[in-house]
Amino acid sequence: MQMSGAQMVCEAIIAEGVTTVFGYPGGAIMHVYDEIYKQEGFEHILNRHEQASVHAADGYARATGEVGVAMVTSGPGFTNAVTGLATAYMDSIPMVVISGQVPSQLIGTDGFQEIDAVGISRPCTKHNFLVRSLEELPRVLKEAFYIARSGRPGPVLVDVPKDITVDIGEFKYPDSVDIPSYKPTYKGNKRQIEKAVEAIKLAKKPLLYIGGGVVLSNATDLVRALSEKTQIPAVETLMARGVMGAKNPLLLGMLGMHGNYSSNMAMSETDLVISLGARFDDRVTGKLSEFAKYADIIHVDIDASNIGKLVDVDFPIVGDITQVLEKMIPLLDDVNPDRYQAWREILNRYDELHPQSYVDSDEVIKPQWAIERIGELVGENAIITSDVGQHQMWAAQHFPFDRPRQWINSGGLGTMGFGFPAALGAKRAFPDKTVINVTGDGSILMNMQELVTAAEYKIPVINLILNNHFLGMVRQWQTFFYEKRYSETDLSFQPNFKALAEACGGIGYDVTTKAEFDAALKDAIEQDKVCFMNVQTNRFEDVLPMVPSGGALFNMMLPQKNPSNEGEK
Amino acid sequence: MTNTTSERRVISVIVMNESSVLARVTALFAGRGYNIESLTVAPIPESDMSHITIATNGSAKVMEQITKQLHKLIPVYKVIEHEEMVEKEMVLVKFPIAENLSDISALCAAYNGGIVNVGKEMVIAQVADEPKRIKHFIEASQRYNPSEIVRGGVVAIER
Repeated sequence: MQMSGAQMVCEAIIAEGVTTVFGYPGGAIMHVYDEIYKQEGFEHILNRHEQASVHAADGYARATGEVGVAMVTSGPGFTNAVTGLATAYMDSIPMVVISGQVPSQLIGTDGFQEIDAVGISRPCTKHNFLVRSLEELPRVLKEAFYIARSGRPGPVLVDVPKDITVDIGEFKYPDSVDIPSYKPTYKGNKRQIEKAVEAIKLAKKPLLYIGGGVVLSNATDLVRALSEKTQIPAVETLMARGVMGAKNPLLLGMLGMHGNYSSNMAMSETDLVISLGARFDDRVTGKLSEFAKYADIIHVDIDASNIGKLVDVDFPIVGDITQVLEKMIPLLDDVNPDRYQAWREILNRYDELHPQSYVDSDEVIKPQWAIERIGELVGENAIITSDVGQHQMWAAQHFPFDRPRQWINSGGLGTMGFGFPAALGAKRAFPDKTVINVTGDGSILMNMQELVTAAEYKIPVINLILNNHFLGMVRQWQTFFYEKRYSETDLSFQPNFKALAEACGGIGYDVTTKAEFDAALKDAIEQDKVCFMNVQTNRFEDVLPMVPSGGALFNMMLPQKNPSNEGEK
Repeated sequence: MTNTTSERRVISVIVMNESSVLARVTALFAGRGYNIESLTVAPIPESDMSHITIATNGSAKVMEQITKQLHKLIPVYKVIEHEEMVEKEMVLVKFPIAENLSDISALCAAYNGGIVNVGKEMVIAQVADEPKRIKHFIEASQRYNPSEIVRGGVVAIER
C-alpha cells in the first residue's frame, strides 16, 4: 500500500498493538502528528513536557509489560526526552521513542532544532536508529519494537528525518525480524542448571536473591513455586518488590542500603546465593568484599555482561528466568525443605530482634505511618509509583506489595520527577486501579506541569506528597556524614500545593492529622480528578535501617526502639 | 594473579556493516575509560559485515567485561579475544632522497618490506610485520632522518 512515512509510523504503532502514545509535537515531527490527527487506531496524550511523555510511556510499560511508546520532536524535544530514556535504560524497560529530525539534507548543518540524537542517546538506549531512507522505515520500526521487548528489554530510539515522513512509498510491515547479530539467549545451559541444582541440594543456608529481572520475565509464579517447594527464604531488591508477596512467610524483605535487618544479615551469612534477575547493584551489595562472603553464587541473568561484572560467580546461567526455572524446579523434587529449617529459624530470630519498625507519633504524621495507612486503605487495588528520595525508600519498606508491577519506581537512575508522569501511564493502562504517586516536596516540583495533563485527560492519580520541607534524603546524609550542614536542602519556602493543584484543574488537600489523612484519601479515591495530598510530616525522620555508603551490609544503623528520643523538631 | 595484571590484548569484532557501528564500538571504550592502542576496520569480502581489530590494555576481568559489552551491541556479530594469533601491522615511512638508499632498502628488507615509491625529494618505504618488530624498525630507521611515519594499526587472525 502506498503511504507517507508519517503514516507508516502510525501504521506500525497500530500494528504493534499500542493503544496509547505519549508525546509532544514540534516542527520536525509535524507530519506524523498530522497523521495522528487522522487516525483512530491509538490515543495520543499530550504531556506538558517531553520528559514526562517518556516517563509516562515508561510507567505504562512497567504496569503492563508491553512496549511503551513516546513521540517527541527534534532538538530540545529530543534532549528533554533523554532523562526518560536513561531512566528506562537503567531499569531495562521496553520502550520505543520516536523523535523527529531535521530533513536529511540539513543533517550536519546546525539546522534549526537540530541535534545529534543518535549520538546523544547511544549510551542510554539499548539501540537507536537514524532512519536514512523511506524504504528502510518499516523494517527499522519493526526492529525497534522487537529489540525493545526481546532479550534484556530496553528503550530504543528511532530518529526520523522530516523529509522521510513526507515521502510516499510502498508500506508492508514485516511479519518477522532477522538480525543475524542479535540473538538473545533464552534457554539456560542444561549442564549449568544441573550443577546449580546440585549446589542447592548441598547448601545449608541458601538464599533467593530476587531482582527486577523476575518482573521483566513475568516469572513470579515460578519463583514463588521454587521457594514454596524448597522453603528457601528470599530477599527482594528495590525493583522486585511484590514478587514474593508481602504476606509470604519466606520473604525476609528488601535488602541493601535501606534493607531490613534480617535480609541484610541473611545475605551476609548465606552459603549459597541464588540470584534471579538481579545485578549486584552497589546500593544492594554495600562493601563488595564483605558481600555474601561465605557463599557460592548462582547467577541467572539474560544479560551475560551482568554475570561476573561485580562479584565472581560459581554457577553462571545465561538465560531467561522463566525458561531456566521451568527446567530447574522439576530437578528439585527430592529436596527436603526441612534441610533449611535451622537456617530459617536463625533468620526469623533476626527479624524478631530487629523488625522493620519506626516510632509512631500522635502529634505529627510519620511518613512510614502514611505509607502503611495507604496499604491498609487501598492495599491490593493500588498501583504505587514513586519519585526518588526518602519517600521512595519508605514506600518500598512499608507498603504491603503483593504482586509484581504494583510498584513502579526509578531504581537504577534514581530520577526525581519520574513518579507523577509514570503514574499517568499506569493509570491509563489500569483505569480501575487506584494509582498513587508517593512523592516528596522536592521531587513533585520536577514534573508538576503534569497536573494539567492529568486534569485535561481526566487521569485521576493521587500524588501523596510526604512534605518534610527538606530534600530529605540529602538532608539525612548531611545529618549523618556532613555534621548537619544543611547545604541547599532546606525547602522551607514552599508553593501553596493545594492552590497549585486547583489552579491546574485538580484538587488539593492540606493534611496535618491522621483523621484528615483518612478523610482526604477517601475523598481523593472517589473523585475523578488528579490531586495533591500535601501531608505535613515530621521534618527530621530518617530512613532506617541504613548501611552507610561503602560499608558492609551487616553494619547497619538501626531505628531506635525507644520512643523517648524524638530528635530534632 | 593473571586476573588483575594489565596486559596488551588484541580482539577482533565482527560487525554488521552499517554507518554508526564504529561509533558504537569506540564509544563503549570511551565511556568506560578504556584505552584503545590501535584500531583497524575493513569490510569482510563478499559479506555485509566488517572486521574491526582492536589492540588494547587491560586485566582479564576488564577484558571479559569489554568482550561481553561489545557482544551486547546489537550490530556486533562476533567477538574474538585472540590468544594464539598471527598479528601484523603495516607502516609507511618517508625518507629524504639524500639518505643512503641502499642502507634503507636493506633495513626494510630485514623487516619484510622495501622502498615502494621514489619522488624528487623523498622515498617512501613500506614494512609489514609483527607490531613489536614494527617498533624496532621505526627505532632503527631514525638514523636515516625519516620525515613522516604512518602506522597502520594491527590486524590479527587466530591460528
